[in-house]
Amino acid sequence: MAALVRLETRLSRLREEYFLKNRSVDEDRKIVYKAAVKIQSWFRGCRVRAYLRYLNKMAISIQKWWRGYQSRRYFRKMIKTAYFIMKMNFYNEMAVRIQKRWRGYYVRKYTHNYYALKKYLEAISLNNEIVRNELQEYAEMNEKKKKKKDLEKKEKEKKYKARKMHYLLSTEQIAGIYNSPFRKFPDPMELLLRQSKPLSHRQQQPKSPFTYDLYDWPTCKRPPAFPTGEPLPPIGRQKPQGPFRDAAEVLRQRYKPLEPTLRVAASISSPLEKAREEMKREEWRKCIHDNEFLPFSSYHKNEKYELSIHASEKIGKETYGIKHFREVQPNKWIAGKVENLFSSRRTDISHKMLAYVSDEEEKQPAKKRFTFYFISWSTY
Amino acid sequence: MSQRQVLQGVISLLRPLLLDVVPTIQQTAALALGRLAYFNDDLAEAVVKEDILPQLVCSLSEQNRFYKKAAAFVLRAVGKHSPQLAQAIVECGALEALVICLEDFDPGVKEGAAWALGYIARHNSELSQAVVDAGAVPLLVLCIQEPEIALKRIAASTLSDISKHSPELAQTVVDAGAIAYLAQMILNPDAKLKCQVLSALSQIAKHSVDLAELVVEAEIFPVVLTCMKDSDEYVKKNGATLIREIAKHSPELSQFIVNAGGVAAVIDCIGSCKGTVRLPGIMMLGYVAAHSENLSMAVIVSKGIPPLCTCLLEEHEDHIKAAAAWALGQIGRHTPEHARAVAETNVLGTLLSMYMDIRSSEDLQLKAKRALKNILQKCTYLPALEPLLHDAPPNIMKHIVGQFSKVLPHDSKARRLFVTSGGLKKVQEIKAEPGSLLQEYINTINNCYPEEVVRYYSPGYSEMLLERVENYQPVL
Repeated sequence: MAALVRLETRLSRLREEYFLKNRSVDEDRKIVYKAAVKIQSWFRGCRVRAYLRYLNKMAISIQKWWRGYQSRRYFRKMIKTAYFIMKMNFYNEMAVRIQKRWRGYYVRKYTHNYYALKKYLEAISLNNEIVRNELQEYAEMNEKKKKKKDLEKKEKEKKYKARKMHYLLSTEQIAGIYNSPFRKFPDPMELLLRQSKPLSHRQQQPKSPFTYDLYDWPTCKRPPAFPTGEPLPPIGRQKPQGPFRDAAEVLRQRYKPLEPTLRVAASISSPLEKAREEMKREEWRKCIHDNEFLPFSSYHKNEKYELSIHASEKIGKETYGIKHFREVQPNKWIAGKVENLFSSRRTDISHKMLAYVSDEEEKQPAKKRFTFYFISWSTY
Repeated sequence: MSQRQVLQGVISLLRPLLLDVVPTIQQTAALALGRLAYFNDDLAEAVVKEDILPQLVCSLSEQNRFYKKAAAFVLRAVGKHSPQLAQAIVECGALEALVICLEDFDPGVKEGAAWALGYIARHNSELSQAVVDAGAVPLLVLCIQEPEIALKRIAASTLSDISKHSPELAQTVVDAGAIAYLAQMILNPDAKLKCQVLSALSQIAKHSVDLAELVVEAEIFPVVLTCMKDSDEYVKKNGATLIREIAKHSPELSQFIVNAGGVAAVIDCIGSCKGTVRLPGIMMLGYVAAHSENLSMAVIVSKGIPPLCTCLLEEHEDHIKAAAAWALGQIGRHTPEHARAVAETNVLGTLLSMYMDIRSSEDLQLKAKRALKNILQKCTYLPALEPLLHDAPPNIMKHIVGQFSKVLPHDSKARRLFVTSGGLKKVQEIKAEPGSLLQEYINTINNCYPEEVVRYYSPGYSEMLLERVENYQPVL
């Protein structure tokens, strides 16, 4: 009971205490709540931060590895390309060296060969010298020829003059003008005169009107000489001399008939041979057929009568106006019926004829006619 | 009475005589007409107007050979004056009759007909074509083979007149086989014949490379070179023309000519002639040198430059000088070696003076300037360039100074020589716009020398020094 009294006395305080406790709790609640929130949030924050840190670290690590991997790959690639470039540079260098050498060689040898050019130019100057020398010789030769021609012309003129003036030759008594007595030796003209033959009074041949100087006729500087015809013979021409034969005698001689000797007149072959040939000719002419004569009628028993050509055709003239004059009647021909004719006297020739005819049966009628003639000839 | 009336009176008198019974009168009347028409072109026109030509043409086919000759002479006399008269002759059908005359037996008739055809074909290419269409060319080729020299001459000159107008006509002549006969006739000793033959071949060869090659294949070299030594001047000229026409087409043909020694022959020919006869030879050297530097060097080695220089100095005609200047330019423009060879003969001064001379024709000035430019651009031979420094006009000066600026930086001896000869002084005196090419060259030259030397030679240095003397405060 004492406890209950004590409790009751404490009860009034309890309510105050309870109220004060609750009030203080209530008053502290906000602060405590806020503190708790703060602590919790701080802790959560720490936790999350730790988690983030962890995540970060992981991410960094992944990325680190990944980047390392990429870079290594890239690096390898770079090395490869650098190596490749180095290699190519090296090759290029070597190729440049080769090409340098080759191009130098090629240009020096083929495109612009200095020594060949030099030789060529030397050869050209040599050739030029030769050509110049030859041309010089040619020119000199021409000049010499020209001079020679001129000299010869002059000589000819001098000689002609001397011939014309031969009467100026000096004689025993009278010295000529070129042989003056006061001179030591006679003038060369005098010597020429002594050598030359006097020019006769013979007429010069008239210049033919057909020959003309170059450039004369076409430029018509010289009047043309139109010839009137055949030039007449000069008057007073000397007749040919001598005793002449009588004209009749000459004609008789000219037209005398031929009188051959016996030897010339007789023919070459002897009379015997001639007679023989004569006989042969006669026989050939008279021969009608080669068949031998068979005396008895029994040999002629199986002979078939052959129609003649005339009988196998229409007798008489053809009526005028038909296009052809050999009418064709195939039914009357015997060419197809040849085998019947050659019964007993069949020769080899007629065999061939047979064969020929039978081959040619399809061909034109004219041919058949021809063969028919052949056959008829052979049967005679 | 005016001259024309007199002439017409003459013609009306001669006209009935042409129809006279006596053949001699006809022939003499035709001859008279021909002679009148030959020297007077009014009369030739009057002959055409009075319708004498158809009469002549008719009788050309009928009458005897003397009349044919006289009629051909008349046609030639009329046709020579102008293309219109020649056209009138063609229109009245004379060509066929003339071609028939070409087949006649008498060589004089053939000659007259060929000459008339030649004079007609000379004027222009339509008339030539008409002559060819009438079938004259094969007959002319036959005429060339005849033994008479006069006929050969005329036939060759007619072929030359026909083929000169166009390549097709030349081809027609070639197709008739003319080249072989013409080539054979080069050996003939007659000078006038050689002239005509060479002219015919050159007219054929001038049109194209193929025709030139055909002519060369007829083996005219080295026979043609003997023509260059002939005593007749026109043979030399025509021979040089032929070689020129062949050489100008291609380097191979030029090479062939050089190998055959043609250059030497042409050079000798130039040396021995005077006047227009030289001109084709000069042009030939120019063409050969223009093709390539090896050929140009061949020309130099054959001693080609001295005759060209003498030509330049001696000749009076401007066109020959222009040709010589052009040829020198072609020789010297390839490499410094060539330019040196040209410059050593001191011809650059002559070229410059020709360019500067007011009296020279435009053509000569132009060619001299071009030649000078071409040579200067390659010339490194300084002793020849120095004299030019003093007289040259600005446009040439820049090339000269340019050449100096190329050579001087590398050659110390040349630099010394440049200074001692007064060249540096001259260069300082040149006024050039800053920034122009000339100024750059001058700067390059100035940079080759030390500062003091340049200042020493710049104009007005002595005044500058004197000024300095004046302003100097003496050190006591």
